Amino acid sequence: MSAREAARKAGGAAYQGDASMPPHVAEVRNLAVRVGGLDLLVDVDLTVRRGERVGLIGESGSGKSLTALSVMGLLGEGLEPSGQVTVTGQDGRVTEVVDPERGAAAEPVLARMRGRDVAMIFQEPMTALNPTMRVGEQVAEIMTIHRSLPGAGAGGFRATARARAVELLDKVGLPDPADAAQAYPHQLSGGQRQRVVVAMALANDPALLICDEPTTALDVTVQALVLDLIVRGVEARDAGMLFITHDLAVVASVCERVLVMYGGRVVEAGPVHEVFTRPRHRYTRGLIGASDLELTRADGRLYTIQGSVPGAGRFPAGCVFRNRCTHATTECEQLPPWEGPGPEQGFACWHPVVLRDEGGS
Amino acid sequence: MLLRLAERTLIFLVSLVVSSVFVFGFMVLLPGDPAKVALGTNATPESVAALREEFGLNRPLLEQFLSWAGGLVRLDPGVSYISRAEIGPQLADRLQVSLILVLASMLIAVTIALPLGTLMAVHHRSTLGLGLSALSQVGVAVPAFLAGILLITVFAVQLRWLPAGGWVPPAYNPVEFLRHLLLPALSLGLIQGAVLTRYVRSAVLDVLREDYLRTARAKGLTPMRALVRHGLRNAAVPVVTVLGLQLATLLVGAVVIERVFVIPGLGSMLLDAVGNRDLLVVQDVVMVLVVAVLLVNFVVDLLYVVIDPRLRTGAR
Amino acid sequence: MSEPTAVPSAGPPDLPTAGPARTGGAGSTPTRLRGIPEAPAGGRRRRRPAGALLVGGAIVVAVVVIALVSFVWTPHDPGIVNAADRLQTSSWRYWLGTDRFGRDVVSLLMVGSRTTLLVGIVAVGVAMLVGVPLGILAAMVPRWWGELLMRGNDLLLAFPALLLAIMLTAVHGQGIVTAMIAIGIASIPSFARVVRSGALSVMKTEYVLAARAAGRRPVGIALRHVLPNVASLVIVQASVSFAIAVLAEAALSYLGLGAPPGTPSWGRMLQEGQELLFVAPRLEVFPGVCIALAVLGFNLLGDGLRDHFDPRLEDRR
Repeated sequence: MSAREAARKAGGAAYQGDASMPPHVAEVRNLAVRVGGLDLLVDVDLTVRRGERVGLIGESGSGKSLTALSVMGLLGEGLEPSGQVTVTGQDGRVTEVVDPERGAAAEPVLARMRGRDVAMIFQEPMTALNPTMRVGEQVAEIMTIHRSLPGAGAGGFRATARARAVELLDKVGLPDPADAAQAYPHQLSGGQRQRVVVAMALANDPALLICDEPTTALDVTVQALVLDLIVRGVEARDAGMLFITHDLAVVASVCERVLVMYGGRVVEAGPVHEVFTRPRHRYTRGLIGASDLELTRADGRLYTIQGSVPGAGRFPAGCVFRNRCTHATTECEQLPPWEGPGPEQGFACWHPVVLRDEGGS
Repeated sequence: MLLRLAERTLIFLVSLVVSSVFVFGFMVLLPGDPAKVALGTNATPESVAALREEFGLNRPLLEQFLSWAGGLVRLDPGVSYISRAEIGPQLADRLQVSLILVLASMLIAVTIALPLGTLMAVHHRSTLGLGLSALSQVGVAVPAFLAGILLITVFAVQLRWLPAGGWVPPAYNPVEFLRHLLLPALSLGLIQGAVLTRYVRSAVLDVLREDYLRTARAKGLTPMRALVRHGLRNAAVPVVTVLGLQLATLLVGAVVIERVFVIPGLGSMLLDAVGNRDLLVVQDVVMVLVVAVLLVNFVVDLLYVVIDPRLRTGAR
Repeated sequence: MSEPTAVPSAGPPDLPTAGPARTGGAGSTPTRLRGIPEAPAGGRRRRRPAGALLVGGAIVVAVVVIALVSFVWTPHDPGIVNAADRLQTSSWRYWLGTDRFGRDVVSLLMVGSRTTLLVGIVAVGVAMLVGVPLGILAAMVPRWWGELLMRGNDLLLAFPALLLAIMLTAVHGQGIVTAMIAIGIASIPSFARVVRSGALSVMKTEYVLAARAAGRRPVGIALRHVLPNVASLVIVQASVSFAIAVLAEAALSYLGLGAPPGTPSWGRMLQEGQELLFVAPRLEVFPGVCIALAVLGFNLLGDGLRDHFDPRLEDRR
């Protein structure tokens, strides 16, 4: 039994979801993703409940995007997931995206889930929409695919979907929504396109919204607006949100809980305030320090994490961070156990930051 | 959009003019007196002079060019130096035959290339995809006329199912017409199909990598439906370009195929004229071929605007 | 004239006739994951491009070797007519049989390869000599002139080699030189286009900007910076154009417009053999296979070289 599984068993009520807490919309246990013999993701545990906003942070190559894609069932060719991933929709429909025994679910099952029980917003708004199809049509499509609106039949259905699309475009703040619906993507700016994407994603009131760096590619002036739009949309539907980013400030402002990933593993998790002010894992500590431009080391230099992220599958055995950690010892050649009440809070480090009032080193 | 249409039309017209100057200049400015060439060994200085007078070859070049070009615009290609017959009617007949051949070949090529190319793209990593890719490589390497000869060997010589050549007009006998059309159209169509298949594959592969396909799948579309609903229209743009360019190759390939199957089309008219040193006929037929190519490309340009909305309003 | 930039394929936008588009290969997953490669390099992905290069290269080398050997030795003298031995099938004496004049097919094929290679070399040589400087020029002159040049280029591109050759023959009479020049002229636009787009990229690089700022004259920049960097593009295009030249020469000879009756040529063998199709179809098959193999070889070589020179494009295969 791995350290993780022990923690899971010990996790108890908080993890299993007792009646007093909102139900899970996404449950990920022991997720691993391999490609051709290389491990890209190992032993990932994650949960998101109704109405909860969970952040997933890490650098490029940490596996955060892969985790999101695993939940959507959108892993590319050659990538083999294992473990368990379960998604529960607004109406209670459960989809076993990845089953511990049978592996990834079949495409028709996943296609029914995507866009309805869980939706995803990607990073690049400029290329996310089909350039040869009108915007309103693309938004309406997500509703006609899932037949999520009551309608008079096929003909009436599409008309209803189109009308609803215009409403949605209005709700995401596009001026002249009726005109906007007739426009092609190239006639809209990046911020506007991302708003369309948000409208599309929330059209069927999904139980979970996954956002992968949704504002990184936008102009600074627009970022806050779109972010606000997303959060309000999620709140209005009491949906869960999994927010992936490398930008700590955004996570701090938007999420309640956060998981830190490195080297394909979750290295620390907990409430945002806790993790950001009192990080335990050395990597998290490094991340926080590196993000704080006012904090300097004793010699007056900014905090950085030495070294660079190894390529996929080339992380060291044992603690994945040990080849860049200033506190590594031979003990770190062993995989550190998860220390915490459950997968929602804790860290895996042999030499965690010691908490002292003056701030640990 | 109107501006773009006007621009394209202008380019088309200018191309027409430039091509006609080029063709005219080519035939006239190269050494060799067309009259002497036409008369060949029977050329006495008097007969040459008489011929030159008769066909206005002593006029200034510009006048000759304008007279010729003007004639073409009025659909009057002139009179052959050798046979003294009007070129027009024969040109029209032959053009009809060539057009049928080219269209039939294009149809076959597209019917092969669209599904196969898409299949190759979707399964590009599997054995099926790789096998088809190797097959198309071979198809591309075989000249159309060779394919024609091989087809004759199999279907006319060995199996005796189809005729080894010749042409029957459709009005005359529809069944025989088809039997005589099949092998030549197949020869051109199969080979051009192989070429087109590779372009289709490339276009579909490009589309498969696009972000909007990922969005489509995230919406709940299965890979096939996502490709059909979102991918094909985008893949059409590069494919349509190639189709237009392919027509030039088809027209020229038809020239050779007509020789292989003894078909009375523009190609054989051209080759006969070359053999007979009938220079005006050569000039006219080449011009017709060039106009056909330019016209097709012009139509393709117009089609773009229909297919790709970014061209209608100007992409940001 | 349609916009050439719309033609697919990441490499030189080649035109139909020989239609060499990209070879099949391992593709990538439909999602782009930053920092995480789609599939580990090595193994299957590496072997495929090397395959095209090896096979293509081997075929081309074989053809060249055969052509060179034919100067020194052939099983029989292909020039000698030997009526007694006409239309034989393969035997120990005549490995692939004889044609209607009693000439040994193997010897004919070997000498025919000379014609094929000669026409290819001259045609591609002519095309390079004119097309490469033209392309560089079009890249280095002010935008407007460059565009104009390219429009003219596209016009010439529409003129297939065959048509040009037919026109030239009509005026000059048939001959191998006519064929070479015609095919050469028809191949110029491909080189010009490829070189121009490569040169434009080079012009944007920082070291060229630095050279210009330092006052280097354009000719110097062209020779020292642009030319070496477009060399790989030119080599790939040369291979592709060679394949097209082989096809065009075969067609011309078949039509009786290329090599004269005395010179053995694969295309002419096809023409001569067609009358005997019902009697001796093998006389069509052998030269046909040679033509197809040669074209295939040069196409594969071009693809292999393209993959070799621009590994970045592997991602797009």
